Amino acid sequence: MTQRDIGGPAQPLLRVEKLLKHFPTKGGLGKRRVVRAVDGIDFVVRKGETLGVVGESGCGKSTTARLLMQLIQQDSGELVFDAMAVGGHQLPLREYRRQVQMVFQDSYSSLNPRLTMEQAVAFGPSVHGVSQREALQRARDLLGRVGLEPTRFAGRYAHELSGGQRQRVNIARALAVEPRLVILDEAVSALDKSVEAQVLNLLLDLKASLQLTYVFISHDLHVVRYLSDRIMVMYLGEIVEVGPTQALFSAAQHPYTQALLTSMPSMDPGNRTRVSPLSGDPPSPIDPPPGCRFHTRCPHAEAVCAQAAPQLTTTGDHHYAACLMVQPGAGHSQSPPAGLIYTGASA
Amino acid sequence: MSEQPMVAVQDLKVRFKRGGQTLAAVNGVNLSVARGEVLALIGESGSGKSVTLRALMRLHAERSTRIEGRIEIAGQNLMALSRRQLQALRGPVAAMIFQEPLLALDPVYTIGQQIIETLRRHRPMPRAAAREAALEALRSVRIPSPEQRLDAYPHEMSGGMRQRAMIALALACQPKLLLADEPTTALDATVQIQILILLRELQQALGLSIIFVTHDIAAAVEVADRIAVMYGGRIVEQAPLAELLNNPQHPYTRVLLGTRPKDGLRKGERLVSIPGAPPDLANLPAGCAFAPRCPQASDLCRSEVPAIEAVLADHSVCCHHWNRLPI
Repeated sequence: MTQRDIGGPAQPLLRVEKLLKHFPTKGGLGKRRVVRAVDGIDFVVRKGETLGVVGESGCGKSTTARLLMQLIQQDSGELVFDAMAVGGHQLPLREYRRQVQMVFQDSYSSLNPRLTMEQAVAFGPSVHGVSQREALQRARDLLGRVGLEPTRFAGRYAHELSGGQRQRVNIARALAVEPRLVILDEAVSALDKSVEAQVLNLLLDLKASLQLTYVFISHDLHVVRYLSDRIMVMYLGEIVEVGPTQALFSAAQHPYTQALLTSMPSMDPGNRTRVSPLSGDPPSPIDPPPGCRFHTRCPHAEAVCAQAAPQLTTTGDHHYAACLMVQPGAGHSQSPPAGLIYTGASA
Repeated sequence: MSEQPMVAVQDLKVRFKRGGQTLAAVNGVNLSVARGEVLALIGESGSGKSVTLRALMRLHAERSTRIEGRIEIAGQNLMALSRRQLQALRGPVAAMIFQEPLLALDPVYTIGQQIIETLRRHRPMPRAAAREAALEALRSVRIPSPEQRLDAYPHEMSGGMRQRAMIALALACQPKLLLADEPTTALDATVQIQILILLRELQQALGLSIIFVTHDIAAAVEVADRIAVMYGGRIVEQAPLAELLNNPQHPYTRVLLGTRPKDGLRKGERLVSIPGAPPDLANLPAGCAFAPRCPQASDLCRSEVPAIEAVLADHSVCCHHWNRLPI
């Protein structure tokens, strides 16, 4: 372990500022259109926490993950890792990528089919200057740590493993360079339920023993709730709500978050969902609706919602929502009067 | 059940030949679905749930598949039907919807053309009347502005809309049985609940029998009257919905329910978890397929496949030790 905590515990591990990524659409005649995949988002990841990121297809959660990992370059905006600008002289990209690692959804396509599992796990450390012998030793230790007996699994190839075992290898590989932040992009979504539980337990154990910080991206609210300290909800490239897990589940402020929660099947046959909270599908992030992007599906939308884009407004301790109904003086019939702001603890 | 069931399956076995291997995908499934009943078949990948469903329409390639057992749909012996009789059954008697409508719908025809073709194939009628019927089918699944959607191609629609269109296509010939293979798995949460509610409403309005295949027990709870849990190509437990949720007997059912507790997963609590992975269908264990992962397994479990035993009249379980398990 080389340098660790630099800015102290109060310094966010990762600060994301005005992060923006648009993709031009391919082909087509005439006007070129852009997918506003991530449209200027600000958030922080605190040291030692698990930040859950939820949202539907097209909300930008996977693009956000790739930007955090710097697998794609943002159009604008900045990442600050423990008070150091990412990509600057303090923290070159190569060093940043040693501190931040990622686990992907598809356990098979993210492993090189021609490497044994111990080679796959040892690859990262040897790229970062660890000797081959030490890297292989570290790989075997890590395979054991993620529950794969090294004597049985070290020499196997990806196709000889089950989905759950492959995902364990991917986790071991991510940990091999001793990162501080691990981005889990739908990392358990492709697993069977009985295997998902094993991997979730493993993630919890590793986080505690290695003092990791997680960004956990998933479409499954059950799992996000189980793992996360805070949850960030995205819709069409923007953050609509972010807050502590407990507060978000018991007192969601944004109508979209409320709809997502109501959409969760109840597991109670006597209390089935009778009316769907929303109609229609999420709109395309190409040409998103003006004003509040959710206004086309929102049950509380008023004329003002199509014009004014809401700002993230504090609604409770560390709890923010981007909705005109919680934004003082925003012009919605439910908006609090101008000047009234939540006066509890600040973020 | 004095009335003839909509579906009756006895000792269904399905084997696939792949390379030099034989995959034992379904290993003796018995099930019956009454008229107007919704049965959910739940299980993990490789449990045989989709293979069972496809066998009910004889969709498996005949050359590489061996099917044994008896399948009756609306009183007809499916295995004895000729190709022509089978075509008459698919559509007007039993219809199927799939997980991915973009793959199930034909990309080069409009939704309207596809529904009209299906209608006219089974019931000769003038084109204009068929178009009117297709429009009605789109209305019945509550597609907004159906007149325009009739002339839309599948790629022009959103995921939820396409799934509605596929349901409209499946129900166009007024089948009595709908076979649904993971119809909401690929959908976003806010769209999934819309489709589940739609299926339930259509089922009640039309008196449909539905077999709903899913890996998501929570989705099954929203639509099913009865649940059958599959593992290793067998139904390991079968019971009415509330009975299964409140009184699960098979150790595997308990694990599945443990991953989705009623009041949600609690942060900080450890998940109920079992070691291992679902079995390899080319090398199934001799006894109970769940034995290698089961905390209660004994030598008996490893050598002999358990028989189906009745817990209650309508609750059956396939486990040597069900009545000796800790609660």
